[in-house]
Amino acid sequence: MFSEYLIEYLKVFAVGGAICLIGQILINHTKITTSRILVFFMLLGGLFEILGLYKYLVEFGGSGATVPISGFGSVLVKGAFEAVEEFGVIGIITGGMSGAAMGISAAILFGFIFALIFKARTKEK
Amino acid sequence: MDKNTYPEFVKKTSPKTRKLKTMLWAFVVGGLICCVGEAIKDIIDKYFNLTAVQLSALATMSMIFLGSFFTALGLYDKLGRKAGAGSIVPITGFANSIVSSAIEHNREGVVFGICAQMFTIAGPVIVFGIALSCVAGLVKLLIIG
Repeated sequence: MFSEYLIEYLKVFAVGGAICLIGQILINHTKITTSRILVFFMLLGGLFEILGLYKYLVEFGGSGATVPISGFGSVLVKGAFEAVEEFGVIGIITGGMSGAAMGISAAILFGFIFALIFKARTKEK
Repeated sequence: MDKNTYPEFVKKTSPKTRKLKTMLWAFVVGGLICCVGEAIKDIIDKYFNLTAVQLSALATMSMIFLGSFFTALGLYDKLGRKAGAGSIVPITGFANSIVSSAIEHNREGVVFGICAQMFTIAGPVIVFGIALSCVAGLVKLLIIG
């Protein structure tokens, strides 16, 4: 029972860590910015989802594949696929947002609330 | 090794070790953040009877909340200085990019400070994300069927 959990979490750790490691290698060897890293991994995750490969990574790594921003790309694509299946052409436009609704809305909502409550701590030691 | 070759040796080796260190940090922190996500999922799954879609949506929301909260406390950016990509690539990093931009500009007012500046880093992700989903929808409609 315990060892089952351990193996599961080791897989999550390995997959998630490996994805972040690729990001760090990119940072170390190029002048890539935060924005570009996020976009790059999201597009990569989306591409793998379009090709039907990302689900194997999720099957193996669980949250190790869904928590990184590449999982966000995969969710966007999944949403688009489902919406096209359900609504046809209209789904092309509506699908992405409905798939990513939780991610985008939660981030904006919490960002707004915390920015109203907390003060900037830019130059604080 | 004598006095002359030693500085060269240092020059050659030190950036490399620093790079290795950042890579290790990114791997460990990134992996741990994903494990936190898995733990949240396991805990929610244990106490609530949810479908797989609801479960992953709730887990995503929890991770974004945690990323936002620790950003607001100023702890996430401290972690980011050490962990690099380990803190950027997880979804908590996406939340961090929105919340830290919003908080940084809150002195400039709610509309032009918080709301307008919120997306300086995350905006491209959302724009490319929507574009990606439209391309994916087209691919689904025309090719996969």
